Order: sequence, then structure tokens, then C-alpha cells
Amino acid sequence: MVPLDYYLILSAVIFAIGVIGVLVRRNLIVVLMSIELMLNAVNLTFIAFSRYLASMQGQVVVIFVMAVAAAEAVIGLAIVISVFRHRRTLDPQEMQLLKW
Amino acid sequence: MDASVILFYVISVLLVLSSLMVVFLRNVVHCALALVVALFLIAILFVMLHAPMVGVLQVLVYAGAIMVLFLFVIMFLNPTASEPRRKLWWGFGSAAALLLAASLAALLSNGEAPADPVTATETFGSPETLAKSLFTDFVLPFEITSVLLLVAIIGAVVLAKREP
Repeated sequence: MVPLDYYLILSAVIFAIGVIGVLVRRNLIVVLMSIELMLNAVNLTFIAFSRYLASMQGQVVVIFVMAVAAAEAVIGLAIVISVFRHRRTLDPQEMQLLKW
Repeated sequence: MDASVILFYVISVLLVLSSLMVVFLRNVVHCALALVVALFLIAILFVMLHAPMVGVLQVLVYAGAIMVLFLFVIMFLNPTASEPRRKLWWGFGSAAALLLAASLAALLSNGEAPADPVTATETFGSPETLAKSLFTDFVLPFEITSVLLLVAIIGAVVLAKREP
């Protein structure tokens, strides 16, 4: 049986890779995909703890996280389409109307 | 070494590689396909952790619905402009993420985590026990989630509608 630490370190690494994507990519769609990656890393932590503590609550929480992630993807992509229609770009650096 | 440990190592190497491809590939469609691979590998990890129902949902919801949505938007917008790559910014972001990974790993593997799992019962992770937990202890969050999904649907329709 794989120790719990391995799963936790793996999900920390996946989460950090998602953070890189959010920080440095200049394409809104890839930024949204990196956010999905980060959510999945957290889901992996939940499932690993659920197994090692033999509690079903972690798996139920993961189902809620999936529903929220689906809603987030839908709204995010609708905003991307709306922004692209107005500004003809997907670069978040170009979206600075609210910048002080 | 145990067979499950070897399987875990193989899957984690593939998972880290495909996640890096999501972040570092230039073509957006390639990023999306790498993300599908990563989500499948995470589903395999879920099945290894006695959560077959959640694994199936992962494949259906993520690799099915959400990825189709992403690919649809990519092909709908057809973004052709290539991003400029700035070395300084990439170095800064990668350094920040490395710091985050190191501190998270150090924090999570502090030795207090149970090394040996609690022995699970025969029905642990089956759809039956999952549904029982979902519809008794978590019935209020379940209903609130349905409201959230309704709001998301209405919001998406309003946002993506063409203005008259």
C-alpha cells in the first residue's frame, strides 16, 4: 500500500504546476485549464485522506467540488467568449480597464 | 516493492509530465488534450484509492463534459495570435511555484499523517455508501448545489448571448 505522504506530495506538485499556469500564461483559456488542474490536485488530497481515514465524507466533498468546478468552467468560458467578442483578444494583460 | 507502489510511481510520473504539458505547450488544443490525459490519470488514482464511483464521475464530468466545453470554446474562438514569451516572467512564476510546492510538501508530509490506512470495510466507496452519505448527512449542501448549477446555467446563457 502506498503511504499517504506520497499522494499528498503528488497533489502539492500538481497544484504548484497549476499555479505556474495561472501566473505566467497569457491565454485566458489556458489559465482556466490550470485552475481545473489545481482543483483536481485538491480533489486528490480529499480522496487520499478519505481512504486513509476510512471516512466517506471526503468523497462526498469531492462530488461537490466537481459540481462547483463545472459551474466555474461554464461561467468562465462564457466570460471568455464575451470578452473576446468585445476586445478581439484573449490576453489577460490587455484587460486593464479597472487597473489603477 | 509492491505492485501498487510501482503503479503509483508510473502514474505520478505520467501525471506530472502531462500537467507540465498543459502549462508549457504553445498550442491551446494540445494543452486541452494534455489536460484530458491528466484527468484520466487522476481518475485511475481515485480508483486505486477505493473511490470507483468518484473515478467514474471524474471521467464523465471532467474528461467528458468540461473538456468538450473547453474544446468547443477553443474552436469557436480560434485564437491564432501566439503569446509572446517573456523569460523573466516565466522564471519568476516558476520560482514562486517551486517555493509553494516545497512548502506545501514539507507541511503536508510532517509525519503526522497515518502511514497505514484504516482497514476499509467491503462496501467502502461503493455507490451505495456514497449515496447514503450524500442524501443523509449532506442533503442541504446537495440542494444548494442544484441552485448553484441553475444560477450557472442562467449566467452562461446571459453572458454568451449576442447583444441585439
